Amino acid sequence: MSGIEATAITSPRKVDTVEQAATSPDVQQPWAELGLKADEYQRIRDILGRRPTSAELAMYSVMWSEHCSYKSSKVHLRQFGAKQPATDALLVGIGENAGVVDIGDGWAVTFKVESHNHPSFIEPYQGAATGVGGIVRDILAMGARPLAVMDSLRFGAPEHPDTPRIVGGVVAGVGGYGNCLGLPNIGGEAVFDACYQGNPLVNALCVGAMRHEDIHLAKASGVGNLVVPYGARTGGDGIGGVSVLASETFDATGPAKRPAVQVGDPFMEKLLIESTLQMFKEHLVEGIQDLGGAGLSCATSELASNGDGGMRIHLDRVPLRDATLSPEEILMSESQERMMAVVHPDNIERVMQICAHWDVTATVVGEVTDGSNLQVFWHDELVVDVPPRTVAHDGPVYERPYHRPAWLDARQADEPTPQRCPRPGTAAEMSEHILRLMSSANLCDREWLTSQYDRYVLGNTVAAMPHDSGVVRIDEATGRGVAISLDCNGRFGALDPYAGAQLALSEAYRNVAVSGATPLAVTDCLNFGSPEDPEVMWQFAEAVRGLADACLTLGTPVTGGNVSLYNQTAQTAIHPTPVVGVLGVIDDVRTRITMNGARVGDAVLLIGRTREEFAGGEWAHVIHGHLGGSAPAVDLPAEMALAAVVRGHSRLITSAHDLSDGGLAVALAELVLRNDYGVSASFADAEADAFTMLFSESVARAVVTVAAHDVDAVRAACELAGLPSALLGLIVAEQSLAIDTDAGRIHITREELAVGWSGALPAIMA
Amino acid sequence: MSARIGVITFPGSLDDSDAARAVIAGGAAAVRLWHADTDLQGVDAVVLPGGFSYGDYLRCGAIARFAPMMGEVIEAARDGLPVLGICNGFQILCESGLLPGALIRNNHLHFICRDQRVRIEAGDTAWTADFAAGQEIVIPVKNGEGGYVADARTLDMLQAEDRIVARYQGNPNGSLRDIAAITNESRTVVGIMPHPEHAIDPLTGPTADGLAFFTSIVTTLAARVGA
Repeated sequence: MSGIEATAITSPRKVDTVEQAATSPDVQQPWAELGLKADEYQRIRDILGRRPTSAELAMYSVMWSEHCSYKSSKVHLRQFGAKQPATDALLVGIGENAGVVDIGDGWAVTFKVESHNHPSFIEPYQGAATGVGGIVRDILAMGARPLAVMDSLRFGAPEHPDTPRIVGGVVAGVGGYGNCLGLPNIGGEAVFDACYQGNPLVNALCVGAMRHEDIHLAKASGVGNLVVPYGARTGGDGIGGVSVLASETFDATGPAKRPAVQVGDPFMEKLLIESTLQMFKEHLVEGIQDLGGAGLSCATSELASNGDGGMRIHLDRVPLRDATLSPEEILMSESQERMMAVVHPDNIERVMQICAHWDVTATVVGEVTDGSNLQVFWHDELVVDVPPRTVAHDGPVYERPYHRPAWLDARQADEPTPQRCPRPGTAAEMSEHILRLMSSANLCDREWLTSQYDRYVLGNTVAAMPHDSGVVRIDEATGRGVAISLDCNGRFGALDPYAGAQLALSEAYRNVAVSGATPLAVTDCLNFGSPEDPEVMWQFAEAVRGLADACLTLGTPVTGGNVSLYNQTAQTAIHPTPVVGVLGVIDDVRTRITMNGARVGDAVLLIGRTREEFAGGEWAHVIHGHLGGSAPAVDLPAEMALAAVVRGHSRLITSAHDLSDGGLAVALAELVLRNDYGVSASFADAEADAFTMLFSESVARAVVTVAAHDVDAVRAACELAGLPSALLGLIVAEQSLAIDTDAGRIHITREELAVGWSGALPAIMA
Repeated sequence: MSARIGVITFPGSLDDSDAARAVIAGGAAAVRLWHADTDLQGVDAVVLPGGFSYGDYLRCGAIARFAPMMGEVIEAARDGLPVLGICNGFQILCESGLLPGALIRNNHLHFICRDQRVRIEAGDTAWTADFAAGQEIVIPVKNGEGGYVADARTLDMLQAEDRIVARYQGNPNGSLRDIAAITNESRTVVGIMPHPEHAIDPLTGPTADGLAFFTSIVTTLAARVGA
């Protein structure tokens, strides 16, 4: 055996044993302080047939928390399974660390998005950094090599004095962790809105790949197999509420103050990845689980619950950073960069060798038993003796009351009419509005932020920010790869949570489609306010219903994700923010389409129908600060048709860009800003007035460029698919955006666009 | 027989597989070497890849410099073994004393990743033989501590001896005299802060401009055999 094997060297403490618990039923326990309700505490007593020990109470309280048990959301999330579309692509569905999708040629891809919202408000750098670390371990635990990360971020108002602190810390944290870990950041979003003041959202996504036969699951089977935590030592970080137990049960000898937010060490995570992948390669692991939220409590109970026997753990053998930790604290600690493997005794020596090679501490702390219970010992005294399923999977389920908010009718009736929101009438006014949009916080250049992320490491990044999707090559020999996009417009959710979730999915699906990929599967991060507020709960229920319905129509199953509730300050909740990630496959990444690549003389086509839809859009938000009306109509068949047209003509289409935030005006301006050519267009043959053409946010639309002699072929394909198309104009050498409208000629040079667009984010951060 | 070029992996190396891919693309065989070993396996040249060896703890490259394999590299480099240190590898070369100066925190205090224009100033080192002096290329730069510093005398000496291998066109990090890459007296050891190994194929990099570093070493080694 190798590695450093120090364990707690303090003398055994006075602990609350199972034996004591059985004989002292009347001991008062701090269940309420640990967040349990009276009936939940009683249920624990019923399950055990006695009062829980303090260690058992710690485990149940954290595993039955909203964060770990999904007790408020579970009844709704079941729809993702019930409405799951028929697909051959899904290899592992919801319930595991992450879903796994078949992308062909024997390759499996796993991806998931997860929130780290609350920690990122308290300590932005570490909160964001450990958010990245946590999702990477989830992907690793499936047997995959992590390949790339993305981040979906939401911050408060750009002008708020606290915003630079949060933005600077979060971005440095996402970058600091991912860069040092060696995973490229291939995209995401950053949105500013006053509703996220005090409740920033940090949603991190990781994608990984493996061969089909390498898929691993979190289960402990095989009597006599060894339980081996490895990675960082366990410290007192992220213990949170359990300190109540420590102070009540024991003398106050331990450190009194615990950091609420864990501290990340990406270097250790890199070693963890390499050592774990080596174990997978040599087939040394029977089951594996990462240690994330709820730490050892979660890993041991989930591994045992998913297995076919019991498990015995000697907690005093767990390597510690702080020898004064109590058994309850060790069970609860959320110290980062830890994994737990279940290993056959024949393989343990090799596992230890691999860990020593990478300077990773590994220790055998227990084994799989033929019993039915998870038993935890502390210096030979039994402190936990529970059926693992009751901890990990049979937590409470709430049917929380919900109802449609009374104020929603008024909000939906408040359409951005010309009376409420005066529209630009002349070309000069339209130009001014385009410039204001392009220099607004949500549409300006993200370079200040994305330049802090390494997008090149590993050498397989085919597209990253600012492209519509991140594209990663999986197989160097064949070029097989994936495209991923993460999207959401919370304002649409505020107008209609059912439509809002579907619009988030639509946008992510469209972004993947315009890169030439075939959308396959979905991951979601559902960020909402308090589930105890029936109106928020209604928003949540509607969003889940909308997403499940739309996934069924699009044929893209939800493979996993995360729910983050209680994102609110006092009575004010954030906008419903269901961030949706769509993953698609590209048979050969060399055929991918980006927003670059057009040639001077290429035709500029608008595909899709433009309706008068401004509610919740960027024009109403930036120009009028208005939020009201009906969200844009969802049109999933049109999204599918658009995807099919683009995919079917990826060799003719020289560049493509989806229309979403800010509509056609923003899409065309971005084409000019992101290339060394310009666009000369005309709305003469357009189906709507110039203002609608420019700023509507109707769905299922994209701007594509094709060589002049391919225009007819692509337009015929659109017609066949039931999609309107319009020949807007040409790619020109002059670096400007020029549009002839019935209100005059819009002409904005690249320099005019670039000034506000490039300077906005640095100005917010200055 | 093709040249054999070693790529050393330290704990925390991140661009080692990229460097090995670039070595192969340049026409040589890549030999993966482990920091804790001491056998250079008879390689003809060595690449120290980018990353965060030992988590950049203490100081970038300060711990890696003491790796057993680095002891061998330092000795062999003094006898003429060509060595290319990229990013963290450049930092390790400075810590090892194979190159003068040091890399410090970027002047704007942020990590920066961008496509960077650099001018090749010296086309006669072991790693730049296939470039023409004055040639401008675009390769990624990505670092948090990439600001090259040295005292004025050292900088004057590097300039006088034509040992500044590449200069930034638009300084990304406050490097003195826009230095992006330097070489040693024998022009066999090169340290470069931007990443040529990330620019060997326009599919995955901004250009293929970086490939010439890896063909250059093959050219250099072939000339040695021929000489």
